[in-house]
Amino acid sequence: MKILTTPRMERCIGCHSCSFACARLIHKNLSWDTAGIRIGSSGGLSTGFVARTCVACDPAPCAEACPTGAYSQRKDGGVIVRKNLCIRCGKCAKACPVDAIYLDQTGDPFVCIHCGRCVPFCPHDCLELREIVRGRSAKSNVREERGAI
Amino acid sequence: MIRDNFRILQVNLATGRGNVVTLEGRDSVVGGSGLAALLFSKYGLPDKPWDDPDQPLIFAIGPLTGYFPLMSKTVCAFKSPYHDQYAESHAGGRSALALRFADLDALVITGKAAKPSCIAVASQNLVIKELPFVWGKDVFESGRMLRGLVKRGSGHRTIMRIGPAGENGFAMAAINADTYRHFGRLGGGAVMGRKNLKAILIEGDASFSLPDSKEYPKVFQETYTKVTGKDMMKYHDIGTPINMAVLNETKMLPIRNLQRTTDPAMSNISGEKFADDVLLRNAACAGCPVGCIHIGFVRERYTKEHRYIYRQVSYDHEPIFAVGAMLSVTNPFHVLAIIDISEKVGLDVMSAGVALAWATEATEKGIISEKETIVPLSFGDTEGYKQAMDHLGRGTNEFYTLLAQGTLRAAEHYGGKEYACVLGQEMAGYATGEVYFTSQALGFRHSHLDSGGYSFDQKEKGKDVPKAVDFLVKDEQGRALLTSMVACLFARGVYTDEMLIACLKAVGYGSIADNLGAVGRNIQQLRWKMRLATGYVPENVAMPKRFYEVTTAKGPVDPAYLAGLTAEYAKAIRKLGSDS
Repeated sequence: MKILTTPRMERCIGCHSCSFACARLIHKNLSWDTAGIRIGSSGGLSTGFVARTCVACDPAPCAEACPTGAYSQRKDGGVIVRKNLCIRCGKCAKACPVDAIYLDQTGDPFVCIHCGRCVPFCPHDCLELREIVRGRSAKSNVREERGAI
Repeated sequence: MIRDNFRILQVNLATGRGNVVTLEGRDSVVGGSGLAALLFSKYGLPDKPWDDPDQPLIFAIGPLTGYFPLMSKTVCAFKSPYHDQYAESHAGGRSALALRFADLDALVITGKAAKPSCIAVASQNLVIKELPFVWGKDVFESGRMLRGLVKRGSGHRTIMRIGPAGENGFAMAAINADTYRHFGRLGGGAVMGRKNLKAILIEGDASFSLPDSKEYPKVFQETYTKVTGKDMMKYHDIGTPINMAVLNETKMLPIRNLQRTTDPAMSNISGEKFADDVLLRNAACAGCPVGCIHIGFVRERYTKEHRYIYRQVSYDHEPIFAVGAMLSVTNPFHVLAIIDISEKVGLDVMSAGVALAWATEATEKGIISEKETIVPLSFGDTEGYKQAMDHLGRGTNEFYTLLAQGTLRAAEHYGGKEYACVLGQEMAGYATGEVYFTSQALGFRHSHLDSGGYSFDQKEKGKDVPKAVDFLVKDEQGRALLTSMVACLFARGVYTDEMLIACLKAVGYGSIADNLGAVGRNIQQLRWKMRLATGYVPENVAMPKRFYEVTTAKGPVDPAYLAGLTAEYAKAIRKLGSDS
């Protein structure tokens, strides 16, 4: 199973291309918010940039907090989201320890699905889709997750 | 959001109220420069002075902002304290994307606040907040305080603020956008200052559905591939300072108050030297993967023991020219240290550097002395210039207060007009010859970016006045169209007319795409109409003697050619402003 990682954020120039790519390609939006990865400064632009994105918890607190089953545990970390089950209560965002879930102005949640489509849009190779091996299973399942959104 | 009308937020600082205005005109003025001119025609008071409380301060973006890469600039328009006429100044940072996601095509600020205030805007928020305790603080301290005072939106907002120069109403006062970018030229900072407006915070917190178009993803990918391709490398590798060595080699770099155009010592402050020795990192405007912002560092030891402070300072060709070449300061760290003071007090570093270059030559010639300058000024003396820059931003005495209103104002009082390097405003870093001098002296923004006059000088061997003026007019039209989209002009090689048409059609602005030439012409004319209506007399623009003394690789400046160019370009401007 692969997850999106941010191993070289020291290189980030703050162009937000990753966020725009996610919003554009996955969620069909023009946005730097409705995306699985969001870039912020860590206290003014002189201090560099931070990425807010899912760190693939297993078990995932957001999935545990979801009262309707819209969020379910993704194998080896992260979550699978079924938006048709979501009642927009926002409990997933509150439960996330790293502020990786964005709620839009209607309460609709956005979280990374670890598809890696943002990765080629980073001009400085800050991002990487990495194979993660937890237990015995390490099979890539990207297509399934993309279809679940 | 794609829409046929403009959605404008007008904020009146006197009443403390905002007003959402829907304005027609997308197909004829597009956005950015065109929209700003349209808004000035609606809200501006051509016959009242620049600091009349009712004069508007306008920030406008374009129809493609956010939808395509490098559509990431904002046009700021106002009646300028520099010449009391209509003016534009452009900047990037996060300003454009913040406006886009605040769901605004433009923000128009009128009135004067009773007390020092800031405006905070978002898609569902408008607050005018009094903050007298931030007044008097420099640009760095203001930024820190504002980030603490208004916590929402971090990372997805722009913070535009002024320093002491803006509070003092100086014509050289910049508006700092997001620490490393500036609405630098023509005194927008003073307009904010006179309105008691210390800062503008815009949070981009809305999201929009993408256009339902099969073409959009394809056209986006095409533009993205191009802007991250080889042609744009020069902007993110060495950056604009790559020009320093090129211009020095061709005897086209203004040095030592334009007393010379080449000097072996300039090799110490080439773009390559900056990149090798002082470059710390790069940054980008939001929506631009190029990342042309080059950030170096200064380090100062403040005790006998090894205790240091350090600061990060952004640099480009223009600041290096202004406080490096023009002041004969040839150590990159020293250049950054002077830029740093200019940033702190909120000055336009280009104008400030050129002004201090004039003051240094005036000192050499005995026109002024330390009685005026407080500190000794001599070419190459960094410490003197650091202190002088601070005095200039703060208006410490009568001399600096006058100089901060423009080099020519000081020269009119003290003498030395003949070597004031002013082309409409303090010159930019190109001494390429007659066409460039004409372009900046008479051009709409008095900017090196009004048209490619420098490029014409470099490429053309003949002295054909009609051909040169035709080039200036046509090139300006193309650039006015781009700054109405609002594209970064570094992307002008990517956003050809053909590409713009594809972009516009892909998001649903087919009618603009079908009339691109006519629309560009209309915007160019509208801008000139606003400029002329506010009192511009292009025939009266004077070219200081120093520009006639320049020698480039092409030889000495030809006075007859220069006179012919200015006369004909003035006629062309008149025609542009009178055509309908």
